[in-house]
Amino acid sequence: MSAPSEFSTLMLAVLSILIVATAIAQLLKRKMGADNDVIENLIARINAWWGMVALLALAMLGGKAGVVILFALLSFAGLREFLTLTAKRRADHWALVISFFVILPVQYLLIWDDWYGMYSIFIPVYAFLFLPIIAALRGDTDGYLSRVAETQWGLMICVFAASHVPALLSLNIPGYEGKNVLLVAFLVVVVQLSDVLQYVWGKLMGKRKIAPRLSPSKTWEGFVGGVASACLVGAGLWWLTPFTPLEAAGMALVITLMGFFGGLVMSAIKRDKGVKDWGHLIAGHGGFIDRLDSVVFSAPIFFHLTRYFWSV
Amino acid sequence: MLRSIAAQFAASAIVLFARLVTAVRGIWFGADPVNRQRVYFANHGSNGDFVLIWTVLPPVLRAKTRPVAGSDYWLTSKLKTFIGRDVFNAVLIDRNPDTRTEDPIAQMVEALDGGASLILFPEGTRNLTDDPLLPFKPGLFHLAEARPEVELVPTWIDNLTSVMPKGEVIPVPLLCSVTFGTPLTIQKGENKATFLTRAQSALAELAEEAAT
Repeated sequence: MSAPSEFSTLMLAVLSILIVATAIAQLLKRKMGADNDVIENLIARINAWWGMVALLALAMLGGKAGVVILFALLSFAGLREFLTLTAKRRADHWALVISFFVILPVQYLLIWDDWYGMYSIFIPVYAFLFLPIIAALRGDTDGYLSRVAETQWGLMICVFAASHVPALLSLNIPGYEGKNVLLVAFLVVVVQLSDVLQYVWGKLMGKRKIAPRLSPSKTWEGFVGGVASACLVGAGLWWLTPFTPLEAAGMALVITLMGFFGGLVMSAIKRDKGVKDWGHLIAGHGGFIDRLDSVVFSAPIFFHLTRYFWSV
Repeated sequence: MLRSIAAQFAASAIVLFARLVTAVRGIWFGADPVNRQRVYFANHGSNGDFVLIWTVLPPVLRAKTRPVAGSDYWLTSKLKTFIGRDVFNAVLIDRNPDTRTEDPIAQMVEALDGGASLILFPEGTRNLTDDPLLPFKPGLFHLAEARPEVELVPTWIDNLTSVMPKGEVIPVPLLCSVTFGTPLTIQKGENKATFLTRAQSALAELAEEAAT
């Protein structure tokens, strides 16, 4: 249990935001009546945020073990949602069992072991080549390519990309030793806050829809307002990171854009599969992927930019 | 005594396991989870089917809901007998008309008269085809005729066959749901074929409802 001192400052700020949000939601409930669907959903979302913040804070206090275990569990929950919707047949049973019980844990063990050379190719190379072999050996060719491709996609998104969040802990940045957990905090806070701010800006003044067929709630006003304000917050959080304020703003811009497009891509998949939410386990938000889509898309890019320009 | 403690422990473990693997959700679409005597009739694709229904029932209802299962399967080993008899308190019927000594309908009626609700798979066996349902066996009709006041609740189990296809031992974790439809009862003078068709289409419609 040793978090850098910046961590408590950040937690204090996040808790204040949550308290203010809870107060506003209760005020709105009193003003607009208890049976308003939007307010009810807002309250459910905020309540879920309390839980998610508590879980993340706990994981970060647990250091590397905490973060690796938390994201392994999130990968499990996400992969379960993803593979529930993908094409599969009885012949895929072993490929699916191996995805959950071999590939997922091995990927996180490699992250735990800081084995960069292996964890960055394990799923794109080894899983990519071996899983289709296992599926082919069962001899069922109906929809074969979609089946193996969709399974691989699930692993890339829910396990490979997601594991780049705890991978941040293995970066060796001069002058930043022992503080890497703050990079995780910066990424998660900026990306999630960007989602929230896009939602708020969209609700307050959203008019022109960006992609009505994909995601009816995404508007240009919400997008621009949300991304711009999240970048400002990101710049204001430079003290968490090895970046200067300007660099922090640039990084925040990259990860909020990736986060936005991640949400769009995952929405496209939901529409394709004919569902509204990925799951039901997070009240007000839907499934784990509904909450993690933006983090998952931004994490690998954030990891590699930071690794290339800052680590040794 | 020891056996019943072990059975309760095993029941909790099985429910926890079902939740960890499938995050199963009960959707009370046409019926409410109230304490009323019922026969839940469901599609059957996996040995875990009644575990899922059992898991989503509130504990009060769970305690008095007994699955109807084949003794030809559940009495074949000590462990299966323990799980079937002690943990799930199943009404074990012999599906083979040549060997059986007891009338399955009489056994089910006796369980109903004892105050229990039942979980019944009217397809009679696990459905391994690509069709959503196999033709219903007449058991549901005879049961409804014998106890017409008991509510028959169509119950659709979604996705469990992908979690654990026949012949596999390790389950794949995938989300499952159990949807409860609008209860039906047998009408006066309704004949067997009409009733079974009506019950089967109620379940088939529920399946489509659950998919949207």
